[in-house]
Amino acid sequence: MTSRRYAVLPAGRPAEFPPDARARIERILSRYPTKQAALLPVLWVAQETWGWISREAAEEVARILELSPAHVSGVLTFYTMYNLEPVGRHLLQFCTSISCHLAGAGGLLEHCRRRLGIDLGQTTADGRFTMVEVECIAGCDRAPSMMIDDAYHEPMDPSKLDALLESLP
Amino acid sequence: MKSEPVLLARVGRERSQAIDTYLADGGYETLRKVLTGGWTPEAVTEEVKKSGLRGRGGAGFPTGVKWGFVPKDTKGKPVYLLCNADESEPGTFKDRLLMEEDPHQMLEGQILSAFALRCHTSYVYIRGEFFHGARVLQRAIDEAYEKGFLGENILGSGFSHDVTVHRGAGAYICGEETGLIESLEGKRGQPRVKPPFPAVVGVFGAPTIVNNVETLCCVTHVLKRGADWFAKIGRNEKNSGPKLYCLSGHVNRPGVYEAPMGLQMKELLFGDDYGRGMKDGRKVKAVIPGGASAAMLTAGEIEDCPLDFDGLAAKKSMLGSAAIIVMNEDTCIVDAATNLAKFFSHESCGQCTPCREGTPWLHRVLSRIEAGEGRAEDVELLEKISNQMGNGITLCVFADAAIAPVLSSIGKFRDEYRYHVENKRCLVGPRAAVEAVTA
Ligand SMILES: Cc1cc2nc3c(=O)[nH]c(=O)nc-3n(C[C@H](O)[C@H](O)[C@H](O)COP(=O)(O)O)c2cc1C
Ligand code: SF4
Ligand code: FES
Repeated sequence: MTSRRYAVLPAGRPAEFPPDARARIERILSRYPTKQAALLPVLWVAQETWGWISREAAEEVARILELSPAHVSGVLTFYTMYNLEPVGRHLLQFCTSISCHLAGAGGLLEHCRRRLGIDLGQTTADGRFTMVEVECIAGCDRAPSMMIDDAYHEPMDPSKLDALLESLP
Repeated sequence: MKSEPVLLARVGRERSQAIDTYLADGGYETLRKVLTGGWTPEAVTEEVKKSGLRGRGGAGFPTGVKWGFVPKDTKGKPVYLLCNADESEPGTFKDRLLMEEDPHQMLEGQILSAFALRCHTSYVYIRGEFFHGARVLQRAIDEAYEKGFLGENILGSGFSHDVTVHRGAGAYICGEETGLIESLEGKRGQPRVKPPFPAVVGVFGAPTIVNNVETLCCVTHVLKRGADWFAKIGRNEKNSGPKLYCLSGHVNRPGVYEAPMGLQMKELLFGDDYGRGMKDGRKVKAVIPGGASAAMLTAGEIEDCPLDFDGLAAKKSMLGSAAIIVMNEDTCIVDAATNLAKFFSHESCGQCTPCREGTPWLHRVLSRIEAGEGRAEDVELLEKISNQMGNGITLCVFADAAIAPVLSSIGKFRDEYRYHVENKRCLVGPRAAVEAVTA
């Protein structure tokens, strides 16, 4: 199964989308013949709004799209990119699939682990970084490839990574 | 000699993504010709059939033939076209390049294909990680609406079409076409029972055609320069057209390369225009020719190995997504197989018991052999598990894909597996070097 850290969403603050997000959701809905089809895009809006998707946020999405909260939660836990708990300011995503593996992804990951003193799925105490492992992200010719938040950084090596970790706020 | 690029012709051109440069290069002229030049949808489909174009997403199904499966009478239902931009097969990175560098080439092909299918609504299902690609594509779509290539009554032809970018959220199985359809409907991306096939009952209960990014790009060129021109490119009429190859692994120059379909594997690995040989002069040990799902080939098998659908089928592997992953003589084959098994174990959608239970089991057994804890019977155990997963007993071909690297690596490198189990360590590779010192 697509591996997720938590199947049960932790609670957060009551969720209400700000007006610009509401407007985006209306535009999204106009592109599909069913409300349910807007689920993935609306969950993206939720994640962009709050940085992660709390139980309350999922329930709000369910209410807007007239879906059961159980359906929304089933979908949320199937996909790996929705954050089901708060993550650090920067999400370090290491590809460990075959081409990156052949190019030393394992060593890079180990280097980062040691430097930050955290393991996969964990966040540094200062809340700056969360480390996760991802499967092939289509950067195999520039292996080892990785993403930090929404952007590719490839090819990556320990000294480049050190410099980046230094410079990121 | 390297041939003129077709699909990558505009890559590297300044502002290749912008509609003004696309128009300056003759872009959307083909759309104008087809929509306002008296072409019927049937004539477009016929042209695509004649070109011999086969799907570039993995299965290699003839595109025009697939379009022909949409029922004549759709009983009032709309027809949907879905562009498969999920690109998640390990080793594959061509669609990302096509979308990030030349989005209008794909969009023109998508609108032309939609016209052939009498389809007024299409979606691009793009993997969630392609934040940049999705932004580039959205900008291109906005430009196309502004210039009247999308929307109502395109170029006064009476044909209308809307395109929407739909972002996935991290799940390899959504690349499988019925998994993609489920995901687009706002569900878990779990593949459907077939039949009915999507061309009859697809997304929202309506006839649906799913085509890969590169396939749609090819459609643009088939209609621009004609089916005969397209069919003459490549090794033969069943393996025709220009093709993108994704080269990665232990070569000097990994990258996306375009060549006529049927390029020789040795040319791709060693040719000056392509991979320029093995890094550090090492020897080839094994090559995966079509992404993680394809059976591995040995160094001997890559002699006289045309990279096309039939050339690789003849070697009992497949072209798949044309992801060529090269492993040198220092690669521990058990380690590579373990890594591939990890992927499949993570990505099984969990619907079918043999796949849900089998993929992590394969990974566990491989990991223990790799870690030097293998038992005498483990290699046979891997084969037994694999044989209980494959041969079409599951809902989709994912399970068959998952066993391909296991069975092919055991079949071709059985001695290395045996060495691992007997000596509790790698025969070659970085770990073998460390162990040799500490032994
Ligand atoms: C497990 C699995 C994953 C797949 N992933 C992709 C993918 O990422 N992109 C793609 O275009 N096709 C993928 N396919 C193939 C699609 O099911 C489908 O055949 C293809 O999109 C059809 O387009 P084409 O005829 O233009 O090739 C995958 C198939 C399977 C079984
Ligand atoms: S074979 Fe595997 S991936 Fe395909 S439907 Fe069954 S469980 Fe899902
Ligand atoms: S294997 Fe890492 S990006 Fe493809």
